[in-house]
Amino acid sequence: MSDEVINERIGKDYKAGFVTEVDSETLPPGLNEDVVRAISAKKGEPEWMLEWRLKAFEAWKTMEEPDWAHVNFPKVDYQEISYFSSPKSMEDKPKSLDEVDPQLLETYEKLGIPLHEQEILAGVAVDAVFDSVSVATTFREKLEEAGVIFCPISEAVHKHPELVKKYLGTVVPVRDNFFAALNCAVFSDGSFVYIPKGVRCPMELSTYFRINEAKTGQFERTLIVAEEGSHVSYLEGCTAPMRDENQLHAAVVELVALDNAEIKYSTVQNWYPGDENGKGGIYNFVTKRGVCHNNAKISWTQVETGSAVTWKYPSCILKGDNSIGEFYSVALTNNMQQADTGTKMIHLGKNTKSTIIAKGISAGKSQSSYRGLVRMSPMAEGARNFTQCDSLLIGDKCGAHTFPYIESKNPSAVIEHEATTSKVSDDQMFLCQQRGIDPEKAVSMIVNGFCKEVFKELPMEFAVEAGKLLEVSLEGSVG
Amino acid sequence: MLSINNLVAEVEGKTILKGLNLEVKPGEVHAIMGPNGAGKSTLGNVLAGRENYEKTDGTVTLDGKDIFELEPEERAAEGMFLAFQYPVEIPGVSNLEFLKASIDAISKYRGVEAPDSVSFMKKAREACKAVNLDQNFLKRGVNEGFSGGEKKRNEIMQMMLLEPKLCILDETDSGLDIDALQVVAKGVNELRSPDRAFVVVTHYQRLLDYIVPDYVHVLADGKIVKSGGKELALELEKKGYSWLEQEVA
Ligand SMILES: Nc1ncnc2c1ncn2[C@@H]1O[C@H](COP(=O)(O)OP(=O)(O)O)[C@@H](O)[C@H]1O
Ligand SMILES: [Mg+2]
Repeated sequence: MSDEVINERIGKDYKAGFVTEVDSETLPPGLNEDVVRAISAKKGEPEWMLEWRLKAFEAWKTMEEPDWAHVNFPKVDYQEISYFSSPKSMEDKPKSLDEVDPQLLETYEKLGIPLHEQEILAGVAVDAVFDSVSVATTFREKLEEAGVIFCPISEAVHKHPELVKKYLGTVVPVRDNFFAALNCAVFSDGSFVYIPKGVRCPMELSTYFRINEAKTGQFERTLIVAEEGSHVSYLEGCTAPMRDENQLHAAVVELVALDNAEIKYSTVQNWYPGDENGKGGIYNFVTKRGVCHNNAKISWTQVETGSAVTWKYPSCILKGDNSIGEFYSVALTNNMQQADTGTKMIHLGKNTKSTIIAKGISAGKSQSSYRGLVRMSPMAEGARNFTQCDSLLIGDKCGAHTFPYIESKNPSAVIEHEATTSKVSDDQMFLCQQRGIDPEKAVSMIVNGFCKEVFKELPMEFAVEAGKLLEVSLEGSVG
Repeated sequence: MLSINNLVAEVEGKTILKGLNLEVKPGEVHAIMGPNGAGKSTLGNVLAGRENYEKTDGTVTLDGKDIFELEPEERAAEGMFLAFQYPVEIPGVSNLEFLKASIDAISKYRGVEAPDSVSFMKKAREACKAVNLDQNFLKRGVNEGFSGGEKKRNEIMQMMLLEPKLCILDETDSGLDIDALQVVAKGVNELRSPDRAFVVVTHYQRLLDYIVPDYVHVLADGKIVKSGGKELALELEKKGYSWLEQEVA
């Protein structure tokens, strides 16, 4: 495959790009204190929650958008965006799935996520967030039996205020960064998970985020608390319709793994990436962070194929001794997409361990950057990190960049870093073709092989999904 | 089966094949020998349809079909197989996955049902055994970390599994010790049949002790300059190629 042929044929087929015609209740564009109050009022929030939001809004006003990432896009006008949108049928909250607007259920079915419990992959509980509200959470009763709480965060504010108060904003402080502060002020919905002491969550939990309404931002907020010795695996998936204008998505995810607990957090992100000329697409500015107490483990696995611009660094604060942080990532960019993603591993405790495996795939004219920080604090006696960053280029108009930051303040800490850059080579393509395999299948097979170490970290059925998603995202990337 | 007439081909603007003729019938084994840089690998690449290897004149048909009308993967599905001189690695893609994709694609092209996983696995294991490769090689990435000899045996293993009708072997014997050489030869001989043909590119007579050819051709400066029976290989072994070049001049 010559690069020319590859470049010529680059195009892309986004299968989740349809729009659902539902009556929506959408706040007019613009952001001020009244909007923050309106969001809070819509959700009937208690006073303490409103206070928290207002404080965040005050903080946000004094902050500036970060500009250090290796991405380039026109400035976002925060007064042009609507900060809340809800399908009208959600006004009076449905009490069960039977009461949910069939249009909405259909949307999720089209996306391959049926919400009727009997149809769902056995063993996966789903929370579905449509624009700013959660439309359905499945398998709640079964989870309640185990003492697991899995519900929209807006509901947790009412039903479990003591837990929300105790943990919200403790991992990602309100002033952490510009996008996080914005999220604190205007977050709409998201999932709340609480796993009691010693409980192994009986099923995979997952949330599907869908942006439908035009000119709305989505600001979801997820909080997962795993009590001592508990265990949970959580997956989020994201899609959005194809629209010409850019849309903003600024989420915050906080994970708390108490002593001996384990949280596995997997993401398959497929927000609309924009067309081949870079028109439209989601701006995905996300803050994800987890804190590990003694002997706890947090594992982030992400497959990022969507969004026009991605700015995302799922991180671990390894606070407790012997705690473990892992980051497994596949970031694929095609056409005009830009991704600046990576992780931060902050080693505070003794004998803490972290592993980073980051795979970047660039096709078209896209730019993909890995940005990672490994910090060994003076207390982190015997800490270890292993980082491996591999980039794969398809064609000759794309770019891959690696920005590793290493700060070691403890001489006993060991940090290993490996990086490679390779191309899908003509020799590999020819071998595949000589064995009867067409070029598109060949590229997707080679790319899947390149990602194998990360895919094996995903729950089984999602690993298959992720493989297919790569295939779709690469469609037309070769001739 | 394979009919090459006055084939002229260039690589990056440089003419390498300069009017090559070759007629291969079903059941035959043709050995092609010749000095380094003569164009032997180029011939294989042009036949298999590698990018940048352009035919500028002449015709090539495979069972009557003009191969230049076909994409490389279509030529493969028509039954052409090239065992590479330098097999490339595809990290993370297991041999098994690769071969299943290959068989599926070829079956689809031919409009036949692909073998089910059980019979496919069985055949794959047998093919491994035939070339003395441990079953583990099926799970490993294609050629990933294989030794030179293992890569060559892996090519023959693939050939045995895919059962092509025209097998082109490009210096499959180079870099093999005598045991591996015998294994490769045994694989080829097992596949020999009245409806299958082989074009075997080699530098050494010793391979031809095991794979006995029907014809031996000398390729020099982009043309077949001499053809003969298996005795020609012995003569070349003794005298080298220079006497031929003088003869041609
Ligand atoms: N990809 C290529 N680019 C440029 N020149 C090539 C390429 N492939 C082959 N050649 C040239 O073609 C000639 C024949 O090479 P090759 O077919 O590999 O010879 P052989 O296999 O007989 O040793 C050599 O001069 C070689 O340098
Ligand atoms: Mg050669």
